[in-house]
Amino acid sequence: MFRDAALVCGKDLRIEVRSRVTLNQVVPFAAVVVILFGLALGPDRKVLAPAAAGLFWVAVLLSAVLAVQRSFAVESADDAREGLRLSGLDPAGIFLGKVAAVLAELLVLEAVLTFAVALLYGAHLQQAGLLGASAILATIGLAAIGILYGAVSSGLRVRETLLPLLFLPIAAPVLLAATKSWDISLSGGDGGAGTWLTVLGVFAILYVAIGTLAFGPLLEDR
Amino acid sequence: MAPAAPAVRLRETVVLADRFPLLSGMTLEVSEGEIVHLGGPNGAGKTSLLRLCAGLLAPSSGEAEVLGLDLTRTDERRRLRREIGLLGHSSFLYGDLSPRENLTFALKAAGLDTGEARARTEAALDRMGITGRLATTPVVKLSAGQRRRTAIGVLVGRQPRLWLLDEPHAGLDQASRDLLDALVRATREAGSTVVFSSHEVGRAQAIADRVIELVGGQEVRRASPPAGNGTGGSGTGARRDAMTMGSARVP
Repeated sequence: MFRDAALVCGKDLRIEVRSRVTLNQVVPFAAVVVILFGLALGPDRKVLAPAAAGLFWVAVLLSAVLAVQRSFAVESADDAREGLRLSGLDPAGIFLGKVAAVLAELLVLEAVLTFAVALLYGAHLQQAGLLGASAILATIGLAAIGILYGAVSSGLRVRETLLPLLFLPIAAPVLLAATKSWDISLSGGDGGAGTWLTVLGVFAILYVAIGTLAFGPLLEDR
Repeated sequence: MAPAAPAVRLRETVVLADRFPLLSGMTLEVSEGEIVHLGGPNGAGKTSLLRLCAGLLAPSSGEAEVLGLDLTRTDERRRLRREIGLLGHSSFLYGDLSPRENLTFALKAAGLDTGEARARTEAALDRMGITGRLATTPVVKLSAGQRRRTAIGVLVGRQPRLWLLDEPHAGLDQASRDLLDALVRATREAGSTVVFSSHEVGRAQAIADRVIELVGGQEVRRASPPAGNGTGGSGTGARRDAMTMGSARVP
């Protein structure tokens, strides 16, 4: 399973390196979202800084939709998805590989966005350990949910509109916990951070486990 | 010695898609090492039959075994996919990857280690004439014929026990068609089984041991290839009566 996951992850990242869709489209999209939030709320950093964590994670959430759609778009061109079924790869390995590839892409995006938020909103980047741990756990959860629901919606004619509809409500708890955790970190506090990290960890484990079990039947059901 | 189990054995097999019959009551046997040509008009069920044999479709009723694996069971359909090679209408290739990268990925996915996958990739690319700069050019920039040759190269590299070829001659030039026919014959010599559909009746009958004519929803007719074919198959003539009756449709 883990060998298959590494194979799929490597393939997806190689395709990303060639096509540069995340770099040239998803990262600029996320940056535009952050700038638009800034324009909507005004230039006052006393307003922007306290909202930085929430705005950051909303931008990540919207970008995750694009990253997941791209992850399945590479499989729909020339029926490569059918090729994936024929390949004999373990479906759980395919799921984990796709999650790992989206995770890597989103972590790069988050690194860029973190500096954008610090620059534009005046957010103080403190407690790097807490920020990093929250980001990794939240992104694992988002990637797992995204790939799971991406498999549900891929192959359907309405997949472009169905994925956000399925993904965003389910990802809301992750958004909430990640925002709370980052709020605590950016404000320099430490009260309750452990609780929110635990929530993020539980969601990450839960959705990775569900996806590992459910991806096979989802891949078959076409 | 007991006779070898058939590579494909269908008995009254029905395949439905949203209650629409893709195959209805198909009964047929294909022996190991045989080359079978599926003929018939568009919509006769040739593609559905090949997809069923590839483990991509599940029978709704009846019996269906391919390479001894029961197609009614999901786990056995998955296992079957490692044993067969399907050349479909699509190439199943990643456009941003080169032929070399596509083949290496497919062969590693089939369970080969890195060294073996690379060696077989180079041999297959060489066999299909995808060499030099072509081998490292993203597939999306190749011509349709070159993509088709790359897709066939995946099968050459995987060396499956059962080759399922859906209109394999489509999009190929004369030299590539000749190469494909030679590959099919070599495949049989190596002990594999080939089931293929083709509208190029003359070319198909020249390499087939047996011809199965599918006629949409009405009947299945059997036909004999011209004399002198099927020299490498074992007992082809004797197996002709194994296939009885069936009907097939595609939407």
